[in-house]
Amino acid sequence: MRKFAVILIASLATYCAFPAFADEATPVATDPVLEEHVKAITEELRCLVCQNQTIADAHADLAIDLRNQVREKVKQGMSDQAIKDYMVQRYGDFVLYRPPVKSTTWLLWFGPFLLLLGGLVILMLRLRSRTTPDEMISESDLQRAAALLRASPESTKE
Amino acid sequence: MKRVLVFLLPLVGFALLIGFLAVGLKRDPREIPSPFIGKPAPAFTLTQLQDQNKTFSPKDMLGKVWLLNVWASWCVSCREEHPVLLDFAKQNVVPIMGLNYKDGRKEGVDTLSQMGDPYQLSAFDADGRVGIDYGVYGVPETFVIDKQGVIRDKIIGVITPEIVTQKLLPLIKELNRA
Repeated sequence: MRKFAVILIASLATYCAFPAFADEATPVATDPVLEEHVKAITEELRCLVCQNQTIADAHADLAIDLRNQVREKVKQGMSDQAIKDYMVQRYGDFVLYRPPVKSTTWLLWFGPFLLLLGGLVILMLRLRSRTTPDEMISESDLQRAAALLRASPESTKE
Repeated sequence: MKRVLVFLLPLVGFALLIGFLAVGLKRDPREIPSPFIGKPAPAFTLTQLQDQNKTFSPKDMLGKVWLLNVWASWCVSCREEHPVLLDFAKQNVVPIMGLNYKDGRKEGVDTLSQMGDPYQLSAFDADGRVGIDYGVYGVPETFVIDKQGVIRDKIIGVITPEIVTQKLLPLIKELNRA
């Protein structure tokens, strides 16, 4: 139990350490509002070199370049959507952490719901077929069950 | 029959899952489908690596099928690719243009004089701007560009002799006929 608590605290501590780590990647903010804006955009973009990191978090050279690129475009007054489109033009939908809903991504977006629906249908069918055998308990089985219950009255009292 | 189905259904599901996973294993997650294929090569004008008074622009190549190979002196895989490119350049089937990506002029020139120069010329992209416009995310990358200046294919990573004979040569032949 004690060991468990230690592990829990340790893992919580590392978890808490990570946001601070992520901040290190962004250069010293000259304009905090601008930096916040740049961060908000780059957190939605995937780094192509280290594919499980956002461009905001990644330390790869390309991510740094792309962060600078985003900062420049924000300064020029480009809208968030326009900046994302700029990235998609170059790197494809892959660069987006939220893939757009379109015909090629329907399976991705709606597949889980299809599976859920399929599961529900199977469950319904099974539950429905289960009611029939219940009603078909024979008279002799019922009598045996009653006899068993009578034979051990102690077990039912607690 | 119903009993058989109860046992068979999970088995089929399992086989399906294994199938998906097996395909997933074979695919290289680094190979991101390029949104550029079938689109015009982005325009740029850069100075040449070996001669900063001269420039290069993709529109200089209109009317020719050509390769744009992104490379850098600091890129280890490029060294692996280099002899293949030298061999390919000797065959004289297609002009190979270099894009020297995020490199120093001296380092770039030195690399080519030491290892041989497969390129007709290299454009010097010191800050990697043109690289970003071409969606470059790892070096080496090679673009196949047709006579109209449209990108027809992109090879991510090292070009091997197999890629040259099985992919590049047939594609270049086809594009040259068009």
